[in-house]
Amino acid sequence: MKQFDYVRPATVAEAVAAAAQPGAVYLAAGTNLLDLMKGGVSRPDRLVDVTHLGGLDQIETLADGSLRIGALVSNADLAHDANFAKSYPAVAEALLSGASAQLRNAATVGGNLLQRTRCAYFYDTASRCNKREAGSGCDAREGENRTHAVLGWSESCIATHPSDFCVPLVALDAVVEIEGKTGRREIALEELHRLPGNTPERDSALEAGDLIVAVRLPPAARGFATHARYLKVRERTSYAFAVVSAAAALRIENGKVAEARLALGGVAAKPWRARAAEDVLKGVAPTADAFQEAAWRALTDAKPSGDNAYKIELARRIVVRALTLAAAGTPARIPALPASPFASTSGAIHA
Amino acid sequence: MNHSISLTVNGARRDFVLDDPRVTLLDLLRERLHLTGTKKGCDRGQCGACTILVDGKRINSCLALAISHDGADILTIEGVARGDQLHPVQAAFIAHDGFQCGFCTPGQIMSAIGMMQEAQAGNDPERIRECMSGNLCRCGAYAGIVDAVLEAQAGMDESNQRRSA
Repeated sequence: MKQFDYVRPATVAEAVAAAAQPGAVYLAAGTNLLDLMKGGVSRPDRLVDVTHLGGLDQIETLADGSLRIGALVSNADLAHDANFAKSYPAVAEALLSGASAQLRNAATVGGNLLQRTRCAYFYDTASRCNKREAGSGCDAREGENRTHAVLGWSESCIATHPSDFCVPLVALDAVVEIEGKTGRREIALEELHRLPGNTPERDSALEAGDLIVAVRLPPAARGFATHARYLKVRERTSYAFAVVSAAAALRIENGKVAEARLALGGVAAKPWRARAAEDVLKGVAPTADAFQEAAWRALTDAKPSGDNAYKIELARRIVVRALTLAAAGTPARIPALPASPFASTSGAIHA
Repeated sequence: MNHSISLTVNGARRDFVLDDPRVTLLDLLRERLHLTGTKKGCDRGQCGACTILVDGKRINSCLALAISHDGADILTIEGVARGDQLHPVQAAFIAHDGFQCGFCTPGQIMSAIGMMQEAQAGNDPERIRECMSGNLCRCGAYAGIVDAVLEAQAGMDESNQRRSA
């Protein structure tokens, strides 16, 4: 690991000033950053430790019914908050389907949003990677790319964003509060992550010094609590990143879908909101045919970036399954195997 | 530049001067305190052999910078027994052959202790397997590990019932 300076600011303003310097990055739990630094993938000159800043670890309901989640709330504390899990069950299920219990205890809300891709060529410093080193090329294009993007990719980069948490969040119109050099601003989570285009080295819309201080769920996000699921296909039942995932949330009134929300994970460099699919569900009965049509719409623009055409059909099927399970109703308790598309059978070995 | 931190490790306060901010909690425990029960497996947060409790919560000590944890209360495998009396989870691992080579065992036991405190899995084997998935065992002693955790959980439930009766 390259040597770095360590700074522990006392206030958010001090943190922003310290992190605005070239070569500086924020340190929260470090569960992704330290891994990247150990591998020489990230080589920061300065770590600005925000873990001791006060006031960023609260979960609070605002006067208008929004929920505000501080950026330093741990993934586990958020998922296990009983009120949170009841109001936003798909988000809690997504959180619990990610990483391991140890990592969820440490990893923060803000850090989860800003985790880097798990593309093996990004991690391998002997490979060419436009995201790690702008203009060096992309070895994933002709390499092992069966888990790579099928939506929004470019010739420069076919990496995916690995977060589970972000997928239901983007479906529920989450907003990100950012403290920067020019003060406080907020953007839709959907605008935070960037598609690669010709500049895959830039993952997000954040500028130097920008610090995510909170994530907010608007009042309408609670309206889906009784019909919301997150489903995630992975290569082992637990402790694995998504090959494909989907968050589905429905508001059902008088037997019809009053409003639908759908987002996909593991398919693009950002959590992928599927608005065209949402539109075809509005006002119709929640039937298998309607869900098939929605799945078709969600993947209309998909194209393989390598040996991954299977992901397009897999994504369609996981969309149908997630919508079907959401329509059946949110389970009273998050399943033993969170987000698993496989039925839980008592006594089965999943080790 | 030197940084001073203090930690409580297995109940005792320890002060350190770090001349390098790159030291992880794992390396600090092993190299500075010679508490080598906490194992370095992958050193990348994938295997769980380095699991310790920090402020009562299980984490991977390989992905935690010591300098960032100034003031933390740390429990390692060396601190769970009371003298010669094993922690119930330790005793249950022996009773159920919850290990073979033993390298992952301190992490498994610390993870199980943390999991029981989290109280999410209860006595459901499937939830226990899911909640222990951050600890890999290359010998494949998983069946014994789950049995050991079930027994320790049953013992804890029983003593809680006695206490509330």
